[in-house]
Amino acid sequence: MHPNRTDIARLYESLRLIRRVEEAIADVYPTDRIKSPIHLSIGQEAVSVGVIDTLAPADIVAASYRCHAAYLAKGGDLKAMIAELFGKAAGVAGGKGGSMHLIAPEVNMLGASAVVATQIPLAVGAALTQKMKGTGAIVAVFLGDGATEEGVFHESLNFAALKRLPVLFVCENNGYSIHTPLRARWATDRLTERVATYGLPAARIADGDVFAIRDQAAGFVASIRDGRGPAFMEVQTYRWKEHVGPNADFDAGYRPESEARPWIDNDQLPRLGALIDAEERAAIDARVETAIAEAFAFAEAASPPPLEDLLAHVHA
Amino acid sequence: MSMPECGARVLSYVDALREGITQEMARDPSVLLFGLDVDDHKAIQGSTRGLVDRFGPERVFGTPLSEDAMTGVAIGAAMTGLRPIHVHIRNDFLMLAMNQIVNVAAKAHSMYGGRVSVPLVIRSIIGKSWGQGAQHSQALYPLFMHVPGLKVVLPSTAHDAKGCMIAAIRDDNPVIFIEHRLLYFTETEVPEAPYAVEPGRARICAAGDAATVVGISNAARDCLRARALLQDTGITCEVIDPIWLSPLDTDTILASAARTKRLLVVDNGWTTCGAGAEIIARVLERAGPGAGIQVDRMGFAPTPCPTTPWLEADFYPQPERIARKVLCMVTGRDDDWTPNAAARQQSEDIAFKGPF
Ligand SMILES: Cc1ncc(C[n+]2csc(CCOP(=O)(O)OP(=O)(O)O)c2C)c(N)n1
Ligand SMILES: [Mg+2]
Repeated sequence: MHPNRTDIARLYESLRLIRRVEEAIADVYPTDRIKSPIHLSIGQEAVSVGVIDTLAPADIVAASYRCHAAYLAKGGDLKAMIAELFGKAAGVAGGKGGSMHLIAPEVNMLGASAVVATQIPLAVGAALTQKMKGTGAIVAVFLGDGATEEGVFHESLNFAALKRLPVLFVCENNGYSIHTPLRARWATDRLTERVATYGLPAARIADGDVFAIRDQAAGFVASIRDGRGPAFMEVQTYRWKEHVGPNADFDAGYRPESEARPWIDNDQLPRLGALIDAEERAAIDARVETAIAEAFAFAEAASPPPLEDLLAHVHA
Repeated sequence: MSMPECGARVLSYVDALREGITQEMARDPSVLLFGLDVDDHKAIQGSTRGLVDRFGPERVFGTPLSEDAMTGVAIGAAMTGLRPIHVHIRNDFLMLAMNQIVNVAAKAHSMYGGRVSVPLVIRSIIGKSWGQGAQHSQALYPLFMHVPGLKVVLPSTAHDAKGCMIAAIRDDNPVIFIEHRLLYFTETEVPEAPYAVEPGRARICAAGDAATVVGISNAARDCLRARALLQDTGITCEVIDPIWLSPLDTDTILASAARTKRLLVVDNGWTTCGAGAEIIARVLERAGPGAGIQVDRMGFAPTPCPTTPWLEADFYPQPERIARKVLCMVTGRDDDWTPNAAARQQSEDIAFKGPF
C-alpha cells in the first residue's frame, strides 16, 4: 500500500489532530476543568492512526482507557469528547464515562474500558456478531503490553482463532505497565511468537514507522476480510508522558530520558509534515487548531448534567 | 403446587426451561446460546438438549474453558446486536466471570450514558444433593443483587422457569438467571404459548395469616412443604416466592407481613449479607417502627457445604426446621414439635443420584 500524497496528508492530519488535542488537554489539566484521570497517547499516535487508516467506516474499534488516539482516528466527534472530559451533559456519555470510556457508536467506536484487558473479549464478541450476521465488517482492538499478561488475553486469542473471527489484535507495546518495565514482567519478549502458537498470524513492528504499521495492518485486514480469521500485531512504541496525567515524569527515576530520545527523534508527526508541501501543511494545522479551539469552547460553555441524570441509565 | 386442571399441560422445570429458550430462539434469530458443554450428550442436565440440531452449531456451541473471555465475548456480542445466553453448569463457576459481569456488563449502559445496552442472559445451576460439596453447591445471588445494572432471577417452578427465561431473553439488560438442580424434575402446569413472567413481581404461592414466609429458589418449595407440615397445628402461613430478586417486589412482601405481623425469609444461601437480610431491611424500612413486624431468617449453615450426606442434610434449612421456626414465631414457644410421620415423609426432597 504505497502512500500517495493524499494518504500522507490524511495521516498527517490525523496524527496532528491527536497530538494537538492531547497537548491542549495537558495544557488545560492544571485548571481542574477535567476532574478525572487522563491517559495520554502522546508519542504513540502512529499506532492508532496507521491501523485505523486501513479500516472501513463500518469496521469496529475497541480500546483501553488510553483511548483518545483510537477514538479520534476512528472519527469520533471532538466536541463531544472534550465535553465528556469536562464532565458535561453534551459529552459522549453525558459525563458519566470521562476520558477512559470514550464511545462513538455513530462511527463504530465500540468503547473503551479501564479494567485492563476487559476490552479484548468484547472485541471478539463484536467480531462474533459480524460473522454471525455476515456484515463483512471486522473489528480492531487496541491493548497494552501489560494487558497481554492477563489470562483473558490468551482465552480471547484462542477462541478467536478457533472460530476464525474477524478481529485484529493490536498490542501497543510501550514497554511499561504503569512504572514497571517489561524486563521485570516477562521472562522473554517473544510475544509475537507466543501469540502465533494459538494459530493466528502475528507480526511485530519495532521501528514505530507509521507506513510500516499501516502496511502490516492493511495486509492483515485484507486477510481477515477474506475470512481467514484473526491476526495479531505488536507495535513497539513509547509513551512520552507519565502513565496517567499531563506531565513528563523522567525525573521519577523509573526510566531515563535517554530511553525516550530515539523515539522523540523518530517522531512520525514532523516526519510526515516534511513530506507534504508547506501550504497544505499550514492549512491542515489551521484546521486542527480551529477544531480544537471550538471543541474546548463548546465544552466550557456546555451545561453540567442535571441531577436527575444520576439514576438514569442504570437499566436499559 | 396446586394440582393442574384437567386437560392442562404439565411440564417439568427442565422441559419448560428448554421450551422457553427454544421458542425465543425460533422467534428471534439474534438469540444464540453457548457455554461449556452445552452441546455434549448430557446437555446441561437436559436443558440444552436438541438445540444444536434445531438451530445449528453457529447459534448453539460449546466453548473452551474460558469463563472470563466468553463472558466478555457475550457482552461484546450483546453490545453489537446479538442476544446471547451464556450457560454455566454451576453457579460457583460464575466467580471466573465476575470481572466481566460486574465491571463491564453491569456498567456499560450507564457508563456510556445510555449509548449501548447489554441484552444478555447468564444461566447457572445451583447444585444440591449427591455430595455437591463446597465448590458445586453455592448460591451466590446476593453478590449480583448488590450490583446496580444487573437483574437477578431464581424461578422455583416449571411455569416460572419458562416465563422468566422468556422475560430474561427479551430484557435489554444483563440478567443473572439462576436455576436449582433439584427443581429440574419438578412439574407444574405450563402453557404452551410463549409468555413472560415479568421482572419485579413476586408470587403468593399459598395464602395464610399466621406468618409470611418468603422462600428463594428451592427454598420456596421447602417453605410450601413446611406449610403442609404445619397443617395439624392449625397454623397457616403465607408463602411468597419473590422470583426476581433484582428488581425486588417489596410491595407484595410488605403487604403480607404488615397483615401477618411475622416475616420469615428462608434463603437458599448463607444469611450473612444475604437476600434475606435485604428483604427484611426493605420491609422494615418501609413498614416503619410502629408496624410491629417480628422478623427472622434462615439459610445455609455458616460453613462451606460438606459432601457427606450425614452432614449435608443439616447444612440446609429443611422443611421441618422451617415449620418449627414458624411455630416458634407464632406461639413464642421453642418446644420440640414434630410433624406426623406421613406428612414428614411427603416433605422429603427428591434425592439426586449421581454420578455427578
Ligand atoms: C485488571 C486491572 N489491574 C490493574 C489495573 C491498574 N492499571 C491501570 S493501567 C495499568 C497498566 C497497563 O499497562 P499496559 O497494558 O501496558 O497499558 P498502557 O498503560 O501502557 O497503555 C494497570 C496495571 C487495572 N486498571 N486493571
Ligand atoms: Mg504498556
